[in-house]
Amino acid sequence: MARDRTPAELVGAAPEQAPFEITFDGRPITTLPGRSVAAALWSAGVLAWRTTRRGGRPRGAFCGIGHCYDCLATINGRPNRRACLVPARPGDTITTQEGHGHAEIAV
Amino acid sequence: MVGAACAYYAARSGLSVTVIDRGPVAGGTTGAGEGNLLVSDKEPGPELELALLSTRLWRELSDVLPPRVEYEAKGGLVVASGEASLMVLRDLAARQERAGVKNQEVAGDGLRDLEPHLSPDLAGGFHYPQDAQVQPALAAAHLLRAGRDSGRVLLRLGEDVTGVLKGVSGDVRGVRTASGDLRAPWVVNAAGTWGGRLAHLAGVDLPVLPRRGFVLVTEPLPRVVRHKVYTADYVADVASGSAALQTSAVVEGTPAGPVLIGASRERVGFDRTLSVEALRRLAAQATRLFPVLSRVRAIRTYAGFRPYLPDHLPAIGPDPRVPGLLHACGHEGAGIGLAPATGMIIARILSGGELPMDVAPFRPDRFKQASPGTPRTP
Repeated sequence: MARDRTPAELVGAAPEQAPFEITFDGRPITTLPGRSVAAALWSAGVLAWRTTRRGGRPRGAFCGIGHCYDCLATINGRPNRRACLVPARPGDTITTQEGHGHAEIAV
Repeated sequence: MVGAACAYYAARSGLSVTVIDRGPVAGGTTGAGEGNLLVSDKEPGPELELALLSTRLWRELSDVLPPRVEYEAKGGLVVASGEASLMVLRDLAARQERAGVKNQEVAGDGLRDLEPHLSPDLAGGFHYPQDAQVQPALAAAHLLRAGRDSGRVLLRLGEDVTGVLKGVSGDVRGVRTASGDLRAPWVVNAAGTWGGRLAHLAGVDLPVLPRRGFVLVTEPLPRVVRHKVYTADYVADVASGSAALQTSAVVEGTPAGPVLIGASRERVGFDRTLSVEALRRLAAQATRLFPVLSRVRAIRTYAGFRPYLPDHLPAIGPDPRVPGLLHACGHEGAGIGLAPATGMIIARILSGGELPMDVAPFRPDRFKQASPGTPRTP
């Protein structure tokens, strides 16, 4: 979802460091240094990156400050990371977390 | 839990019961446990007899109570790391079998058929199909609700008993709380770890001591542990009277997802301070048993106080020192499992019914004037 105006544009600011790429479910997303994974996904129009354990309902960032644990994502293969707290780094692989994210150890 | 069971079975016998709890439902030890319904960890004797009766009653209750109480007849798996502890298990299992406990030896290379994530270097173990699990807080709440639905159980929460009322001849006439006197011909002391305090209010000594335990809780997981799995050391820890910190891994999954990791035991009074040492040992022992757990996160912990009596047996039945006073407390770490049988015994005593087993070993006055902490046999 493209935005007409961003805070950066409004104040005429430009980031000092170069943009970089991360991927979300295989899709490349360009983002800027200093953004959390949640911010990176949001600015690319992605609002949900987890499904609930029982109902399979979509979830994304809710509180945005690390308290509610709603924004859990699988980041670089590790499930249950709070996307709102983890800074995005070049080459990060974000995948939609299905439920608890530990399906591979089920017996 | 024990109080809820007493109320439930007494109501079923046609008695009117008022349950007084100074906290919320399951606010004490009940809400701090794992919901163990075990026969596997008990030596043959009166406690095992009580556990076997309870196992049967829990199965009946699981038909009466809603599925939300998470009753699971999952079975227990006791594992031994070496040949020596396997011998100890084998001896215990044989004696338990003669007492009516079903069990079957599992060879070391067969353990992972039952529990695929178990460490590959275990010597062997025993499978106990009668072991089960329940969500203790929900079980207590729904048992009370079932009692209330019968119209014979009244629940008064957040009320502290401040005195025991007595007649001129010293017999019990009820209890006193902040909101007034409640008259009753019988008072059942089901105050768990605080049972000694209530006994004291009635003028008798009952040496119930707290034995602290921590449970470590993982993040929600799919089913990774099928049974109640614990090491042979746990049996020895349960039977020990030591005050020092003891830990032995007890690991089980829950329908909600988290895996619960116990069990620590230490006698430190009612100290709620977090013990990093206890948690460190629990985590280390659990991951040694189930290496897969080293890849998941522990998200919280909780602590509770088991009601410990010096000979590890509960106090169940009338107190001959105070007519009208009955005790149903001191079940240590087995209160959830032993609750239904205890409740049934109390109900039968109150209604003059036939007792389901010999309750003499549980006599509340068996400690005489023993000072708290002094081991005494009945």
